[in-house]
Amino acid sequence: MIMDFVWAFIVGGAICVIGQLLLDLFKLTPAHVLSSFVVAGAVLDGFNLYDRLIEFAGAGATVPISSFGHTLLHGAMAQAEDHGFVGIAIGIFQLSSAGIASAILFGFIVALIFKPKG
Amino acid sequence: MKQGKQTWVFDNGVYIKGSATVTGPREKQGPLGQTYDYSFEDLYCGEDTWERAEQALLNKSIDLCLQKAKVRKDAVDLLVSGDLLNQNVTSNYVARDFPSSFLCVFGACSTSMEALAIASSQVDSGNSDVALASTSSHYSTAERQFRYPTEYGGQKPDTQTSTVTGAGAALVQKERSFVQVEAATIGKVVDFSANDPLDMGSAMAPAAADTIVQHLKDMNRQPEEYDMILTGDLSSVGTPIAKKLTYQFGYDIENVHRDCGLMVYNSNQNVFAGGSGCAVSAVVSYGHIMQQLRSGELNKVLIVATGALLSPTIVQQKETIPCIAHGVVLKRVSGS
Amino acid sequence: MITKDNYKKSIKPYQPKPKYFRNCIKAFLIGGLICSIGQGLTVFYMEVFGFTSKEAANPTVATLILIAALLTGFGVYDKIGQFAGAGTAVPVTGFANSITSAAMEHRSEGLVLGVSTNMFKLAGSVIVFGTVAAYIIGVLRYLIQSFL
Repeated sequence: MIMDFVWAFIVGGAICVIGQLLLDLFKLTPAHVLSSFVVAGAVLDGFNLYDRLIEFAGAGATVPISSFGHTLLHGAMAQAEDHGFVGIAIGIFQLSSAGIASAILFGFIVALIFKPKG
Repeated sequence: MKQGKQTWVFDNGVYIKGSATVTGPREKQGPLGQTYDYSFEDLYCGEDTWERAEQALLNKSIDLCLQKAKVRKDAVDLLVSGDLLNQNVTSNYVARDFPSSFLCVFGACSTSMEALAIASSQVDSGNSDVALASTSSHYSTAERQFRYPTEYGGQKPDTQTSTVTGAGAALVQKERSFVQVEAATIGKVVDFSANDPLDMGSAMAPAAADTIVQHLKDMNRQPEEYDMILTGDLSSVGTPIAKKLTYQFGYDIENVHRDCGLMVYNSNQNVFAGGSGCAVSAVVSYGHIMQQLRSGELNKVLIVATGALLSPTIVQQKETIPCIAHGVVLKRVSGS
Repeated sequence: MITKDNYKKSIKPYQPKPKYFRNCIKAFLIGGLICSIGQGLTVFYMEVFGFTSKEAANPTVATLILIAALLTGFGVYDKIGQFAGAGTAVPVTGFANSITSAAMEHRSEGLVLGVSTNMFKLAGSVIVFGTVAAYIIGVLRYLIQSFL
């Protein structure tokens, strides 16, 4: 139990350090870094590696944005089993919908209430 | 009258009758906080949107300038103004309520001196009797247009500058007064292939050096003949580069150089490399420098406002950043 | 001698370098902390609502997004982000911040043309690249599975 937290901290922190190095050393914009992470997550999941990382690190792997690539691919593959090629398009947002929907909803509500402070 | 290659000397006598500066709250806390005529207590300046806040800054600076110069609005023949926003909206919308001819100028952060040079030349030539030069910038409108939303959590590098929230205005006319606009050196566009929009000091340093050197050549002067050579917003990154570049041309400005961007904020105000924006040279020159010229602490100052002429769209298309700098000489007139 | 041709190279000494090590430590600590909070939320949803660890991932992410959106609204997230760098950008909270900050920034242009149109101007690339990459890899994997 305690170790779950420790590994989540270490793995999650390490993923952020990779991002920081991409920002500082390679002078990428945040948008480039995040896009790369999502693609990396999908590629790792293509080799079934991301699930292993999640088993090991829990939230340390599900909270970084790379897990978005993983859930996109997972949803797509689940539907592909039932519906073939068409299923990929049907399922792609299936598992990630909670994240996207809540980001849109909360973003919208916050924008209704708060003014930017500058 | 033209002197040398790029310098206009105003032989007929052009004088600054009055000037005014207005800032936001953060500038008020800076080292020059006491020199501003008015500082708004919040960034919105009592308006709904950032854009209208910037208009409020510019309006206020023009009103205060006219008040201090004791000139009525309709006595002004020409308004020369510019800012950072697309289509120069701040100046255009402020000019909507201004009953005089209007010339809109864009020189990015060099706009303050570009406007003053044009206004002075119009007065010198007799095309206008009374002309007003003004400019403005606002932290949040600039962030929104050139960078990210203000609440976005991206990390800013140490080379980045912070746009000054403020506006400045100066009224020029022929009637003798305590500060004379002696000459102006109009810069050319210089591009040394710098392409980092988050490091504008490096991009602008060659333009600043080019204009300073050209000015000294045209006027056949040495840096020591000025009490101060003031650049706009080279910041802590561009300042040493500009000094080095002018030194390479045989002019050592080390002892007389100051940078407005390094004067407006305290080092603990989290502004990274310093202040920037159209307003930075305006609020320093039209406040602090004018006061020192009046009191006699300064006699002759060359103000070189520097501008990075970048557009986020073109920079994303991998273009480099062209830059420009315009210099204006302000001189104390004794016995007036 | 600084010239136009060697400009970018010769001004290197004048440009402050990022504090690589310090930035990485800060990113590690804050990024790790956010993930640990995520771990805590996962445990909470498992214990209290009886979710499996897989099912708990969705409410965990949604909760973190809510927290990030609120911190953005209160004008705190950009301050934390300046300190933490990738530590707050890489977790899903950074995704929420980019959406919320863009939405707030453009509320002055109205709900349709301002808030809604601009909401994804920063986060859009993440969704586009994620979807395209997942689609291509999905097709490849499906082909390999079907024919092997």
